[in-house]
Amino acid sequence: MNLNITITTGSTTPIYKQITEQVRHAAATGRLTVADQLPSVRALAEELVLNPNTVARAYADLAREGLIESRPGRGVFVIQKRKVFRREEGRRRLEPLIDTLIGEAMAMDFTPDQLLEAFENKLSEWKYEEWSSSKR
Amino acid sequence: MKSEYVIRTRGLTRYFGARPAVYELDLEVPRGGVFAFLGRNGSGKSTVIRMLLGLLQPTRGAGEILGCDIRAPTPEIRGRIGYLTEEHQLYRWMSVQECERFQSRFYPRWNERIFRGVIDHFGLKAGARVKNLSRGERAGLCLGLTLAPDPELLILDDPALGLDPVARRSLVESMIQLTRQSDRTIFFSTHQLDDMERVADYVAVLDQGVLRACCPLDSFRENVRQVQLRFSGTPPKLPKIPGLLQAVRTDRAIRIICVHYDETVDGVLQSLNPTELEISEIRLEDALISYLGRHGEKSFILPETVQP
Repeated sequence: MNLNITITTGSTTPIYKQITEQVRHAAATGRLTVADQLPSVRALAEELVLNPNTVARAYADLAREGLIESRPGRGVFVIQKRKVFRREEGRRRLEPLIDTLIGEAMAMDFTPDQLLEAFENKLSEWKYEEWSSSKR
Repeated sequence: MKSEYVIRTRGLTRYFGARPAVYELDLEVPRGGVFAFLGRNGSGKSTVIRMLLGLLQPTRGAGEILGCDIRAPTPEIRGRIGYLTEEHQLYRWMSVQECERFQSRFYPRWNERIFRGVIDHFGLKAGARVKNLSRGERAGLCLGLTLAPDPELLILDDPALGLDPVARRSLVESMIQLTRQSDRTIFFSTHQLDDMERVADYVAVLDQGVLRACCPLDSFRENVRQVQLRFSGTPPKLPKIPGLLQAVRTDRAIRIICVHYDETVDGVLQSLNPTELEISEIRLEDALISYLGRHGEKSFILPETVQP
């Protein structure tokens, strides 16, 4: 299993967040599935040339969300994704992202229909059943 | 019992003539982890390092390194500290191997495996002469000589200076290797923010001899925020904002960078009645530049314990 995490230094996104975002993305798109093993903190830190504490922080955040679990002596594994945010909180976080998407699309002269179509096409590529298993 | 801090200074001050090169420095470096020491050229970083190592006496103030008074470190304490200078001083006529044999005589705890590991990592041959080495190779050799005694505290004065990207990466990898032992501490000064972002747990910022920030790297970043305020007409005059680092005005907007964005600051900004107020995260480099630039007022991110 190749996680293929890429780190960009000098970004507005802190490195630990870049890791959590990419692992979440991999889980949501099905590149990572339940029971897959992740590299150890030390191994990922050395592969990405990062301070191990940064990787540990990212893993701790992912574990708190219920996406991964560390089993002492065995490794780090992907587990069933549980409900992360309350519905309102999720919506509050989602809205600015949608605003960005619509804003960028308008700037590129997309019509609402074209944007909807593109959005639906993209959505169908994701394995919706897997992340909808956590009924909100 | 081992102290929680490997370096601790109180009011450490050093004058050169009438000019304070380092002023009232309260610095605390926790045991374990990687501590980055940032500041512009001439801000006093090397002066601090030289005082910590007992190579330069402070004008006043006190400090401890590995629990020992910095004004008189014992040979035993010196043996537990690895120090890499900017200059990479070596005897030009020696070979890599001869450098090792020479240096190892000074240290009872010389670990040849560490030395070999580092020089292999930098692609150095044991028979190569110092005078024929590139700057990056000399840096690798010096790093190997510094790491082989397995120091408890590693102090690196701008180790990335003049290194090409490959040598710099080797340096960063060596530093990460060293964190395998959790009680080892690395204290390094640098201008390489990309490398710093990869390895540092803590950061201290020195500006004209004065400590402006000393905290975990993540807090440094989370504390500095950029706020964009948009207005329907000409933006009003900015009132006094606590923690303001920088403010840029345009026709219909004001962009500010400040530390400690809280309800008070939010209240002040909301009272200006902007049509839009957008808070965003900032790149580490921009945070540091706004910190060291000459705009706005000076502010502090210091741990509670050392606040005046």
